Amino acid sequence: MIKRRAGRTGQYLALVGYLVFLGFPLLWLVSTAFKPPRELATLHPTWWPKHPTLDNFRQAFDEQPLLHAALNSLLVALSSAVIAVLLATPMAYVMARHRSRLSRAATGWVVVSQAFPFVLVIIPLFLILKRLHLINALPGLVMVYVVWTLPFALWMLTGYVRAVPRELEEAAAVDGAGRLRTLVSITAPLLAPGIVATGLFAFITAWNEFFFALVLLKTPEKQTMPIILTHFIGAEGVADLGPLAAAALLATLPSLLLFALIQRRIAGGMVAGAVKG
Amino acid sequence: MVSPYPRLSRCAAAIGAALALLAAGCSGGGGASDDGRITLRFQSLAWQQDSVAANKQLVAEWNRTHPDVRVEYVQGSWDSVHDQLLTSFEGGEAPDIIHDASDDLADFAYGGDLAELGGLLPATLRDAIPGASWQTTTFGKGVYGVPFLQEPRMIIANRALLVKSGVRIPTADTPWTWEEFQQSAKKLTGNGTYGVAWPLKEPVSSTLNLSLSTGGQIFQRGADGKVTVRFDAADQAVPRAIHDMVDTDHSAARTTLGMGGSDTLPGFFGGKYAMVPLGFSYRQQIQQQAPKGFDWIVLPAPMGPDGNRAQGVSPQTLSVSEDCAHKKEAVRFIDFLLRTDNVVRLAKGDWMLPTATAALRDPALHTDRNGWSTGTALAPYLRSAPAQSVRGYPEWKDKVATPAFQEYYSGAIGLDELRHRLVTDGNRVLARYQR
Repeated sequence: MIKRRAGRTGQYLALVGYLVFLGFPLLWLVSTAFKPPRELATLHPTWWPKHPTLDNFRQAFDEQPLLHAALNSLLVALSSAVIAVLLATPMAYVMARHRSRLSRAATGWVVVSQAFPFVLVIIPLFLILKRLHLINALPGLVMVYVVWTLPFALWMLTGYVRAVPRELEEAAAVDGAGRLRTLVSITAPLLAPGIVATGLFAFITAWNEFFFALVLLKTPEKQTMPIILTHFIGAEGVADLGPLAAAALLATLPSLLLFALIQRRIAGGMVAGAVKG
Repeated sequence: MVSPYPRLSRCAAAIGAALALLAAGCSGGGGASDDGRITLRFQSLAWQQDSVAANKQLVAEWNRTHPDVRVEYVQGSWDSVHDQLLTSFEGGEAPDIIHDASDDLADFAYGGDLAELGGLLPATLRDAIPGASWQTTTFGKGVYGVPFLQEPRMIIANRALLVKSGVRIPTADTPWTWEEFQQSAKKLTGNGTYGVAWPLKEPVSSTLNLSLSTGGQIFQRGADGKVTVRFDAADQAVPRAIHDMVDTDHSAARTTLGMGGSDTLPGFFGGKYAMVPLGFSYRQQIQQQAPKGFDWIVLPAPMGPDGNRAQGVSPQTLSVSEDCAHKKEAVRFIDFLLRTDNVVRLAKGDWMLPTATAALRDPALHTDRNGWSTGTALAPYLRSAPAQSVRGYPEWKDKVATPAFQEYYSGAIGLDELRHRLVTDGNRVLARYQR
């Protein structure tokens, strides 16, 4: 009994430690965003600003088109996530349910493709998009992000499909449901947490992506948040730290909000719901 | 069967609507104007508040006074400019007017991506900038950029600590020698204070540029035009001085070797370091962040034997893309941007020195406030950085020189091993680029 209690205390301590470890950068970002310049470079930094100021936010908004960039990022990330999920779901279903040499080879290729470095693909990609007149255009960037996230999304969703018991689909078939009806009414709802998780992965990947956006977007009105953030950094890595932290905090909020809104969907048990009925 | 996720369905519908809006609203970039007016894209790397403002004002002024040639301001970033330009050139989508640093131009110039400006530059602009600065943008026989702002390395010092220690305070006319600098650092060390903090996260360019004062060249160009690395006594003087401060005298803080310039400022403000060698533009950060009443002073970098005050710099430059269809107009805009009054505005915004001789005479750059006059006095001694036109330098720097200097400064290897690596391994790297 004592042993079990000690074990549980240890688990909680480890969890708290992990949460602090994860939360510290965010806490520091918030603190830095509200600090005046003189509090940013002290030998003994404080946890919280002694004289909190909104000047960093004011300066960040004055210098860079943050709202416009955030809207661009939102459009690109949402579009990429939705398209990636729409494409990946039926593909994942086929790969999970019809296992063959071909589907195994496809899965292998998916895993290998994740190892390609960005620089390997950027120039051919640039030339293709140029021919399609999609340089400096958000749909071009969406296309790239969909292609880039699709393999991993597919791999993720295949796992979720495999976790849906085949017996449920067979039972539906016995009850007279057609294949499409079974997919839409039985499988898809059970896959919802997986679809949400995959969509979130695609969204965050696109929201944070820097290199493709840097290369493909030319004019300020098209640029996304990660590009705008680099404008607060000068030669030799010198940074305008206060405004940079303020802008970075704003860039972090949408991902956090989205995650807070849908995390229950991800955490919700899927197969548990199926067997209750 | 009722969907267990009704809100999810509504969410999907909303996302669908957003997608439709996206498809309708964000088609490709702007096209050419119908009235035949020329539009040039100017990618600026200005990033400090005043500098961005000055650039944007000047572009607006140009557009007001030159209705036939419109310039579009595009913000770039120092952090990623090389990769971004590389792909832009490959894809034929580079900006027309390009802001960069001279040490980043060599590959683009030799690769045919930048326009040769020799025949396009107006005589007034050519004459305004001294030959030593033009050297930084001359590759082969062509000029591929206009050098307009430059940044010497200075010593920023805590004046109170200097006065208390009784060391001679150098001026622009009477800099310290390297020996005096070492002795002063020793005198300033004690009671929890180090004489100097060397932020050497990127040790190569600072070492090479400062070594010009002792006659160090490191790169020697032979009669056949090929470059080889040497590391003789003159090349060794500055690295040896830094090494001795860290490892023998302990007058330099070892922990700062891995730091960038900004990282040393908290310790400098807190009295932990009496002096920090930094680029001239760091003064802006110091002025913004120093605690009230903190008394700081800008000192010239140490001089070498016979009063040699030479120092290597890689100025900021303006170039024109080879693909630009309106090169003459692009050069006209550069000429406008770099008129004396305008370049002074840009220099003040960036806290740097203009290259142009007339601009350097502007009274605003001769005030003692924030060390402007000390920096301005050094301008005649600034030279092209030794690595400027060496093909293969980036690889030599990253693979050979950076780790070798880092290990030498931290005491892990001696001078002989440093020499061996820089020369033997280094020449092997350079040879691949010069076959």
